[in-house]
Amino acid sequence: MTITQQIITVAMVVFGTMITRFLPFVVFQSNKPTPKYIQYLGKVLPGAVFGLLIIYCLRNVSVFTGTHGLPEAIAIVVVAVLHKWKRQMLLSIAGGTAVYMLLVQLVF
Amino acid sequence: MNHKIKKAFRAAFPHTLPIFAGFWFLGLTYGIYMNVSGFSFWYPMLMSITIFAGSIEFVTVNLLLGAFNPLQALAMTLMINARHLFYGIAMLDKFKGMGWKKFYLIFGMCDESFSINYTAEIPEDVDRGWFMFAVTVLNHFYWFFGSTLGGIFGSLLKFDTKGLDFVMTAMFVVIFMEQWMKEEKHASELIGLGISVLCLIIFKAENFMIPSMIGILLLLTGSRRILEKGGEAA
Repeated sequence: MTITQQIITVAMVVFGTMITRFLPFVVFQSNKPTPKYIQYLGKVLPGAVFGLLIIYCLRNVSVFTGTHGLPEAIAIVVVAVLHKWKRQMLLSIAGGTAVYMLLVQLVF
Repeated sequence: MNHKIKKAFRAAFPHTLPIFAGFWFLGLTYGIYMNVSGFSFWYPMLMSITIFAGSIEFVTVNLLLGAFNPLQALAMTLMINARHLFYGIAMLDKFKGMGWKKFYLIFGMCDESFSINYTAEIPEDVDRGWFMFAVTVLNHFYWFFGSTLGGIFGSLLKFDTKGLDFVMTAMFVVIFMEQWMKEEKHASELIGLGISVLCLIIFKAENFMIPSMIGILLLLTGSRRILEKGGEAA
């Protein structure tokens, strides 16, 4: 690829990303009332999206080979228990990550 | 004015700490990946500023190594980043009246910026616009910083940080739990998890995002009457 072709390729990626980020704001201008259905989606989508993002992070974990997803499962339980217990965001995240690193580096 | 901005950054910073850890590491990985793929540090540096969307940047490395095909690049980007459409719909109201900041807030709305800006409970005395702006700028900077460092020192570094990338998973688990505890009904969260797992099993890691999004959209639309009944959505 020439440098021009590279720039065009990267520009297309930038353009595509911007379409996905700006489109809802362009379609539903803030000076007009947002349709009820879209308002409803705006309320219920985030919960579902956060679920999707967790699975997205875990998408390459194989349950049937390697470590069978055990380090991930254990670390997620640690995060959940810590968070249920103290409800300190940083503590839950740091604790779970530390446990995961110990597991994949020393145990599995 | 100056005081307002400082206050917002001070309030936002703790929220971005997990991202600092995650992006520093992921950005470094990305920079190293570009480095070993034969690109100079200018590439990860400029791409981390202009694209600012993690997974597609890794894919772009492959696109740059392949044959020139701008339409394929565009189609690929739209598919991988389609989830941003959901973020935009959720942020329509929160970004209202943000003036010039709105443009940057939308530009920098990656998974992490969205998650924090959507869920964070911003203190009453902190300016909401500047808070969200600070979150986005800080995240953007962490990503830029990691990517550039990786691009410069990539080949010199030795990893003993195996597993650090789990910080992102942990963060989304916590955000998911926060969302869960905030609401009485959990249908939306369960639909998100269930459909995603189902689609991952059927369509595999590379192709499960779009079917998951369609499935989530259909189920949430189908259950609208039930979910809206209690006067409180999901």
